[in-house]
Amino acid sequence: MTTTIATSAAGKKTSRFRIDLRSWLFWLIMAVWALPVAWLVSMSLRDNADILSSFEVIPSKISLNSYAQFFEDPSWIGSYMNSITYTLLNTVLSLLVALPAAYAFSRYTFSGDKHLFFWLLTNRMAPAAVFLLPFFQLYQAANLFDTPLGVALAHMLFNVPLAVWILEGFMSGVPKQLDEIAEVDGYRFGRFFLTIFIPMIRSGIGVTAFFLFMFSWVELLIARTITATQAKPIAAQMTRTISASGLDWSLLSAAGVMTIIPGVIVIWFVRNYIAKGFALGRV
Amino acid sequence: MDAKKKNNKAWFLVLPVVFVVAFTAIIPLMAVANYSLQDIQGADNRLFVGLDFFKRVATDPNVQDAFARNVTLSMQILLIQIPLGIFLARLMPKSGWKASAALVVVAIPLIIPWNVVGTTWRIFTRNDIGLGGVLVNKFTDYNLSESTFDAWATILVMDTWHWTPLVTLLVYAGLRSIPQAYYQAAAIDGASALAVFRFVELPKLKRVLMIALLLRFMDSFMMYTEPFVVTGGGPGSSTQTLSILLTTIAIGQFDIGVAGAFSLMYFLFIQIFSFLFFTVLTLDERPGATRVTPKEKVKSREKVEKPVNSKLKKVLK
Repeated sequence: MTTTIATSAAGKKTSRFRIDLRSWLFWLIMAVWALPVAWLVSMSLRDNADILSSFEVIPSKISLNSYAQFFEDPSWIGSYMNSITYTLLNTVLSLLVALPAAYAFSRYTFSGDKHLFFWLLTNRMAPAAVFLLPFFQLYQAANLFDTPLGVALAHMLFNVPLAVWILEGFMSGVPKQLDEIAEVDGYRFGRFFLTIFIPMIRSGIGVTAFFLFMFSWVELLIARTITATQAKPIAAQMTRTISASGLDWSLLSAAGVMTIIPGVIVIWFVRNYIAKGFALGRV
Repeated sequence: MDAKKKNNKAWFLVLPVVFVVAFTAIIPLMAVANYSLQDIQGADNRLFVGLDFFKRVATDPNVQDAFARNVTLSMQILLIQIPLGIFLARLMPKSGWKASAALVVVAIPLIIPWNVVGTTWRIFTRNDIGLGGVLVNKFTDYNLSESTFDAWATILVMDTWHWTPLVTLLVYAGLRSIPQAYYQAAAIDGASALAVFRFVELPKLKRVLMIALLLRFMDSFMMYTEPFVVTGGGPGSSTQTLSILLTTIAIGQFDIGVAGAFSLMYFLFIQIFSFLFFTVLTLDERPGATRVTPKEKVKSREKVEKPVNSKLKKVLK
């Protein structure tokens, strides 16, 4: 069974050799793939003066100054916490509204359901640049400008359709008979949904949460436009540093590494479901 | 599959989503439409101009150039990333801790904030302090702030680095759903690697490949942050995407009438193109489709499966 892609009926030895070769090739490619990030880590561990004075593939002097600076300066650590706040807020809010909707799409037909579903998806296709001006005005008018809640709401534009789409895929995998049996057993809908149905699709919810977190975490354009100082995301803090004179490459790299860490942690938790999640629960 | 129940009360379950999307999408889009039809010079001074802004955008050479660039970029991205993604997915380990590790490693570029992807590559490709820039410069002159070709190639390589993992993960998920029996059958038949891919894997991958194509097209057509950070759209306007141009018009020049018209045309183009794409790709899945592909598929499956049965029978005897 290990010879999954045996390409010929030749003996086992040759096919095992082939698989080793494939595996080596894969990790070799991944090593090349890792170079830009490895370089970022290496830059973050050296002082700026050191970076500019000598080119070293393997750093000779390791220094954690940039990380210390990152954690001490409120504009860095503060914007980092801002990003985490609105990302988590967005994940929770998107899940809350998307769960019942996904259930409706997976279990019932209703007037206009297909149009509604397609229309929801079209929001995933909207270029963020289109929404900049109206968002700027709308969120100022609604007193949501420069607040984490405002960014969380704005990111729901593309995250809610995505959540409905993925969750609907996972929910359709649960047999409808389950709902009917629960109904016969006298479960009210709310109780059934919360105590039976949701625990059954928890892996799907986990994957969805990962995607919501990811897409909110990586977005810059909208988050930057509707914030100023109070809710400034880490990404905006980084671009503002770029435009300033005299770049601190080391600090910039350290901030970059810090933004990669939450994603890696979240990925580790959902690693077994991630492939299915990327196929939007439809494989 | 058992039929879904018809129940209009399900609308109540969908209502929260409708409210949220109305707030985040409909109101802003109405505002955009509003900008695009009027010349707004002050709170009380607005002039209805009809489709003037749309005409202006459609005939603007800057917009036309950016559009052509974006189409070229998207095509190149699809041509590189789809085959590369399939190739990588087929190399990935299939079980055990190695498979988990591979999944995490492959997925990492996807969870990096887009501007950090840009920053990472900006540092990596610098001639003085970047590993990539220094290495390439050993072989050939490389300067992405002066050479159009270098800037374009950098964007292309960066996007491939950033988004091929998405294609890989999708294809990997598709490959995992193929029963082992198919491969065993093909192996007994002595099918070549190419035949296994064409007749066993590709039909099963159709769905995920469609998702990959759509997502990659849409996202590459909306690309903003990464080229903005790495090249700023330059040198000149050689890497200026539609999104960068639109942002310049909307936020930089605050020309909101033109920006509004531009936005609507941009949005509509992506929607129509995606819809056509989707329709063409799913033609043969519809009832009453006249294309021949389904038949072919059945035949190819028979080709793979039939001899196996006879061979198995012989073995069992």
